[in-house]
Amino acid sequence: MHNENQSLIFELSKEGRVGYSLPALDVPDFDLSELLPEGFVRQEAAELPEVAELDIMRHYTALSRRNHGVDSGFYPLGSCTMKYNPKINETVARLSGFANIHPLQDETTVQGAMELLYDLQTSLVEITGMDEVTLQPAAGAHGEWTALMMIRAFHEANGEGHRNKVIVPDSAHGTNPASASVAGFETITVKSNEEGLVDLEDLRRVVGEDTAALMLTNPNTLGLFEENILEMAEIIHGVGGKVYYDGANLNAVMSKARPGDMGFDCVHLNLHKTFTGPHGGGGPGSGPVGVKADLIPFLPKPVLVKKEDGSFHFDYNRPQSIGRVKPYYGNFGINVRAYTYIRTMGPQGLKEVTEYAVLNANYMMRRLEQYFDLPYNRHCKHEFVLSGRRQKKLGVRTLDIAKRLLDFGYHPPTIYFPLNVEEGMMIEPTETESKETLDAFIDAMIQIARETEENPSIVQEAPHTTVISRLDETRAARTPILRYTKIEG
Amino acid sequence: MVHRYLPMTEQDKKDMLATIGVESVNELFSDIPESVHFQGLYNIKEAKSESALLKELKQLAAKNKDTETNVSFLGAGIYNHYKPVIVDHVISRSEFYTAYTPYQPEISQGELQAIFEFQTMIAELTGMDLANSSMYDGGTSLAEAGMLAAGHTRRKKLLVSDAIHSEYRDVVATYAYGQSIEIVNIPTKNGVTDIDQLKELIDDNTAAVMVQYPNFFGQIEDLQVIGDIAHEAKGLFIVSANPLALGILTPPGKLGADITVGDAQVFGIPESFGGPYCGYFATTTKLMRKVPGRLVGETVDQEGRRGYVLTLQAREQHIRREKATSNICSNQALLALAASVAITALGKKGVQDMAKQNIVKTRYAKNAFEAAGFTVPFQGAHFNEIVVKTNKAVNEINKQLIQDGIIGGFDLGTVYPELQNHVLIAVTELRTKEEIDALVEKMGAYNA
Repeated sequence: MHNENQSLIFELSKEGRVGYSLPALDVPDFDLSELLPEGFVRQEAAELPEVAELDIMRHYTALSRRNHGVDSGFYPLGSCTMKYNPKINETVARLSGFANIHPLQDETTVQGAMELLYDLQTSLVEITGMDEVTLQPAAGAHGEWTALMMIRAFHEANGEGHRNKVIVPDSAHGTNPASASVAGFETITVKSNEEGLVDLEDLRRVVGEDTAALMLTNPNTLGLFEENILEMAEIIHGVGGKVYYDGANLNAVMSKARPGDMGFDCVHLNLHKTFTGPHGGGGPGSGPVGVKADLIPFLPKPVLVKKEDGSFHFDYNRPQSIGRVKPYYGNFGINVRAYTYIRTMGPQGLKEVTEYAVLNANYMMRRLEQYFDLPYNRHCKHEFVLSGRRQKKLGVRTLDIAKRLLDFGYHPPTIYFPLNVEEGMMIEPTETESKETLDAFIDAMIQIARETEENPSIVQEAPHTTVISRLDETRAARTPILRYTKIEG
Repeated sequence: MVHRYLPMTEQDKKDMLATIGVESVNELFSDIPESVHFQGLYNIKEAKSESALLKELKQLAAKNKDTETNVSFLGAGIYNHYKPVIVDHVISRSEFYTAYTPYQPEISQGELQAIFEFQTMIAELTGMDLANSSMYDGGTSLAEAGMLAAGHTRRKKLLVSDAIHSEYRDVVATYAYGQSIEIVNIPTKNGVTDIDQLKELIDDNTAAVMVQYPNFFGQIEDLQVIGDIAHEAKGLFIVSANPLALGILTPPGKLGADITVGDAQVFGIPESFGGPYCGYFATTTKLMRKVPGRLVGETVDQEGRRGYVLTLQAREQHIRREKATSNICSNQALLALAASVAITALGKKGVQDMAKQNIVKTRYAKNAFEAAGFTVPFQGAHFNEIVVKTNKAVNEINKQLIQDGIIGGFDLGTVYPELQNHVLIAVTELRTKEEIDALVEKMGAYNA
């Protein structure tokens, strides 16, 4: 990585430089005072940079060199499915007929785009085993909230508005309880058992006539398949609740088990994970939601339908809908990429995606289990969780191991998650990595385990090769500096 | 099958199975109960080769009427603006777009610094103390602002101007329902929020007053007056602002706004049929710890070098779970980067120049419509949109315009029943005099 003191774009600014080219004004000019009342015109200009084009390119190129992406190197960040982002997806999303269409154009002028969305919707219905899919939610958490709002509307429509509890396992993603709160529910946590699965006894204890839903990731965040899924669905359905599938880990079960067949009533997917989004440095995402028939009336508006004459239409006549969750129709650009990916893989390809994702994770787990503690020793799915408690006894924390991995050119695993594993390291290799890449990473992990015993300081003081060393996060939070301020003089 | 995204060979697979100690990959799925074990393959379309798929999707794209080959006067929240060519070159660098959230700051300084710069640019444009790293879009950002206001004031009512984008209002209403917050609409008068009605409606249970700037009709609201009314009732003042207009207009931060939100789509982001866009969220230092979403802050490393980290994370869902300020877990980092590059390219002067061209060209269009005999009902100060009254149905006129390669304006009657036969025309810096003249002429002909 590029190792230099890095200026902010504002520090490169010099009065009088420009980086743009606007057409000359070809209509009569006006003085702003003729067009706007006094007080409406800005008195102090926004302090934005003044930089010429080459220096803008050099600035952002320098920033890119201080950033690690999947194309830079292995990125086994658990639960994030950092697989290869196909380049054809980027080309297709930039086709003018997709990139340069306005969401409020007359439907007859955007039938190609609507056809793509409809075909994507139909494919996701098949992949999830649900009855209908909406592509509107902007991201996974947005999809969770959308689905919970639908569950709430369903209960209210049945005169059961008193159902105000959402059950979430202790291993759940943090978005689950947060989404439940935003949708107006209270969260109840259900424990995991010694095998890392939801404790059925505890689940039976917490359900009741106030149960609105159970939110579940399967495989769960330990990478383990919830074998008792049918029994769990029965327990929830038995008391009148709905079962929600957090699709963050769908990469583990495509073509092997469909949420709709496992008893789930609704599901959100993260198209930026399983379906190669890409992740964009933190977003944009896309979080479609699939539902079973009895939730269809509550889908957010509008619903994309195919008419008898074969044309596509956005249906707003949905009296029981929860309403709009987002302006327009979702993150179209991401949906185009996901569609391109599905069409690239086809049915056989998607099956192999899951098989290699699971093969790779199990291979890594077995090669690493001698060197790190493996709290749950059984076949994993697309990811597995190691514990650094053995290393912690030697004074090396999981955070140190993660930082040491940076020296080898890797993005570390997800750490300290799920919360029910001490010093957790959640590793998700994905199917797009070669055996050589996996082996090289495993060797690095083994070397770090050895260093922990022989020379712990090299791990404790890592990273040694990055453009910057460990940052003072306490200082950042205690005296927040959230913007650049020009120092005068 | 061998696929270009799947690098394992048959030999690799054998070796790996041996290491794991199983005979076949299927054994790894033995924990899936038989009755739900999916058999066979998905019933979806067969895979296509790279070239064949590209050909098919190009044909599909060509079925759409785009704003590059047609001349667009459609705005209503999403605009056809100048996009500096460098924007796409920067966001196509895969170190940016194939990365995820910068959880490991040592190898994510590029993304973190880019966001820190974005936060600064938004704070500058809006005149607010600080901005977050971005939100899904302008609509959900406005909804989150409403939720923050209700939580902060412990009040359960939002006053929402009818001159806010109807789809934004709909999103606010959905979020509000989840939190049992009441929505009260403030009617408009002469195309702006009706101040007298606002005074009538506001009470001591009002969490916030929400307006749009410029509003949905392109008219510029008097923020100072509305903000004072909100504050007198001890409610918050929330403004949804077009950040390009803020190149010229007095920023909400100088006019009493407590929260300013909006969409940075106007800066280098294509229309893309509804998304992804780039919501922004800016507020005061006082509300800093209640902001939804991610924030990047400056700090130092062990050697005292300046660096950036995700900060104030105690607000967020992965720490606070059900007590988080919001459930938002991602941001629109790549679009925030795109907007930053566009704002940088335009710079201090370009943002003003471009904003001014929008106002001046829209004024030219307004005069031309009036000269051609059209009525422009709202005569207040405007930015880059005007409302034009027609004799014939707007969708009929638009159907004829598209035959001439013109994408007509937004049919206001679809949202405001009282505005049947009224069209919202957007005129950006990209529209030439010739194009505006042609629009007025054709509309005159089709309206007769």
